[in-house]
Amino acid sequence: MSELDENRARKRARTPDLFFLLLCIAAVLIPIITVLMLYEIGNGSVASIEAFGASFLWGSDWIPNPPGGGPPILGALPAIYGSVVTTGLALLLAVPISLGVALFQTELAPVKFRAPSLFVIEMLAAVPSVVYGLWGLLALVPFMNLYVNPQLQTYLGFLPIFQGPNTGLGMLTAGVILAIMIIPYGSSVMREVISAVPRSQREASIALGATQWEMVRTSVIPFARTGIIAAVVLAMGRAIGETMAVTMVIGNVARISPSLFLPAETIPSVIANEFTEVAGNDVYLAALFELALVLFAIALIMNLVGRVIVNKLSFKVRGDVRA
Amino acid sequence: MISYRLYDISLNSECLSHADTMMNMSNQPAKGKTSRYVIVAVLIIAIIAGGAYYQFAIAQSAATTSSEAQTNSSESQMTTPTTSETMSSTMAIPSATQPAVTVSLLGAGATFPAPLIQQWTVEYNKLNPSVTINYNPIGSGGGIQQITAKTVDFGASDAPLNDKQLAAAPGLVLFPETLGGVAVTYNLAPFGVSNTTTLNFNGFVLASIYYGNITKWNDPAIQQLNPGVNLPPNQITAVHRSDGSGTTYAFTNFLSAVNHAWGVNVGYSTSVTWPVDKVANGVGAKGNAGVAGTVKNTAGAIGYVDVIYAEQQHLGVGAVLNAAGNYILPTLQAILYAAQNATGTPNPSDLRLHIVNAAGPQSYPIATYTYLLVYKDMSLNPDLNIDKAKALAQFFWWAVHDGQQYSQALIYVPLPQNVVSADEQLLNSLNFQGQPLLSS
Repeated sequence: MSELDENRARKRARTPDLFFLLLCIAAVLIPIITVLMLYEIGNGSVASIEAFGASFLWGSDWIPNPPGGGPPILGALPAIYGSVVTTGLALLLAVPISLGVALFQTELAPVKFRAPSLFVIEMLAAVPSVVYGLWGLLALVPFMNLYVNPQLQTYLGFLPIFQGPNTGLGMLTAGVILAIMIIPYGSSVMREVISAVPRSQREASIALGATQWEMVRTSVIPFARTGIIAAVVLAMGRAIGETMAVTMVIGNVARISPSLFLPAETIPSVIANEFTEVAGNDVYLAALFELALVLFAIALIMNLVGRVIVNKLSFKVRGDVRA
Repeated sequence: MISYRLYDISLNSECLSHADTMMNMSNQPAKGKTSRYVIVAVLIIAIIAGGAYYQFAIAQSAATTSSEAQTNSSESQMTTPTTSETMSSTMAIPSATQPAVTVSLLGAGATFPAPLIQQWTVEYNKLNPSVTINYNPIGSGGGIQQITAKTVDFGASDAPLNDKQLAAAPGLVLFPETLGGVAVTYNLAPFGVSNTTTLNFNGFVLASIYYGNITKWNDPAIQQLNPGVNLPPNQITAVHRSDGSGTTYAFTNFLSAVNHAWGVNVGYSTSVTWPVDKVANGVGAKGNAGVAGTVKNTAGAIGYVDVIYAEQQHLGVGAVLNAAGNYILPTLQAILYAAQNATGTPNPSDLRLHIVNAAGPQSYPIATYTYLLVYKDMSLNPDLNIDKAKALAQFFWWAVHDGQQYSQALIYVPLPQNVVSADEQLLNSLNFQGQPLLSS
């Protein structure tokens, strides 16, 4: 290191770095947009918050145009319930499959099969959601109606979640279609973290005499655990905001029922269905904004929970490694 | 933030200490400057956003001043004609044969009349190449919103505006441009009742199904209306629209007209709260196509759709009991007959017409007009100048006369003569700052 080099470095640090500035603009823009969006949604929902208060969250009636011409009675609970149940169902179905796909692609598949299988899975993510919706309505709904739901009813009909009339439309079908949609997101993130597990870990456990399955179970999955949780959180965020495909197969009914066969509604589906027809009804419009706010809050809470889990687990992994 | 976290994790697990030192190294030289850069970035964004907002505010205030000061020609009105004049003069150089000023008009609203209105815009453009009209089918509510906000030149709505909506847009008038019927469709083919078998319904049965009081197809009330049909003991799935729609308006308007309890407890609107959803097997589907598709896919489903959708999907179509006591199928003739018998002499000052449960032995009872929305004094709409206003009025005149010939091919019903004459009176009263737009 000569003095000349040091001077040059100091000079370079002093001159304004245009590239760095551009990056800063990009980075600062995102939080600003988020805050503005929150502000606008909050601003739009003031009339509803004033009219219903906290009862909006647990009201189960959704009567935007009461017959007598009185003020609307709007409660978000059916939509919240539908969103949470369909998202939960989708995760239940998608997480094991995503993990399996990711493990297959990283650990088991012969090298020449990896690229094609990757391509097929990622193509699932490229399908527009309205296409999923059309396929869901015209192919999946009759399939569920004729083959899946009757079997569930016959063998598991004693459970309240599999009781009631079966039309093919409903929360179960919505959950299945959401699961198919989020598998590529879950599996691609999981694949990344699994392939980031150091080779030495794998070799060590093979050297200790582990079979391939034991190696995956004892050294790959624990190592990738935090990343897998993060993938689940990402997939969850995707599922809870999905609108078009869910709207087309869920049946759109403001009803809270334990049966997965019965139609329900989710927060995005309510907004998509009803937003075009709210002219001249300010409280109704504000209620749709408040629904968006609720969705924002749910997504935020889910993300925070995910982060807490990730933080806890990642500390544990570090501890393991050091010990 | 998750992907960042992942990156962090993978680095940590790969080589923990090395990653930490790398992070420190990359951060340290820029550390002092980062905050300064962030401040500069925020300032730049604020300046850009402020500039954009300022432009927006100017455009807004210009719009309000021009609509407020209609009588004395305000600044913005002076500028709009001049800009269009300069535009037309520059355009007149290449094509001197074109006599009129080139205008482009924008409409938005109901999806139900969209195929007809879009056909009109194409045909009208062939006749008058200088007039280009675009119509965006964004839904009735959207159409009402946009014309109230004056962001489009005309709107369209399936349901007539209520008094509150009209009060929100002073000077707005509406007139019917076409009408359509709503068919009751069902799918009992899987249970051995073919879709070519016509089932009879009356208002009580339909209301009871959508109330959730009748839940089986072989319910005595339905069986009584269809003595020759072997109705299955299966559950009824009552399909309705999940989005607001003029179709729902017409259907619930009919149920309210023939069933007092429905009128009191549910009422009629572009979207209602369906009692069947809570107590029995109700399902909502998006759009006419969604309802038709759901009925087609669901054994034992009943639904209501615009007539054309029932025909396209080859679903069963029900005959509905009319006021005269006959079961009528939703044919174009029967709907036109209903329109002729229902309206009497429409009042041009309020063209909100109801034709459900019309009198007359051949009338189909479930039908509705669909409406175009425009400001009576078109200068209220800042986007319109005198040339555009004239073109729009002429287009409306053409649509309710010559345009009606395109209705039947698209399964719409042409307007009956008495409604056309009422429309004529209304169109003749359209003006631009008091100056009538139609000379005829």
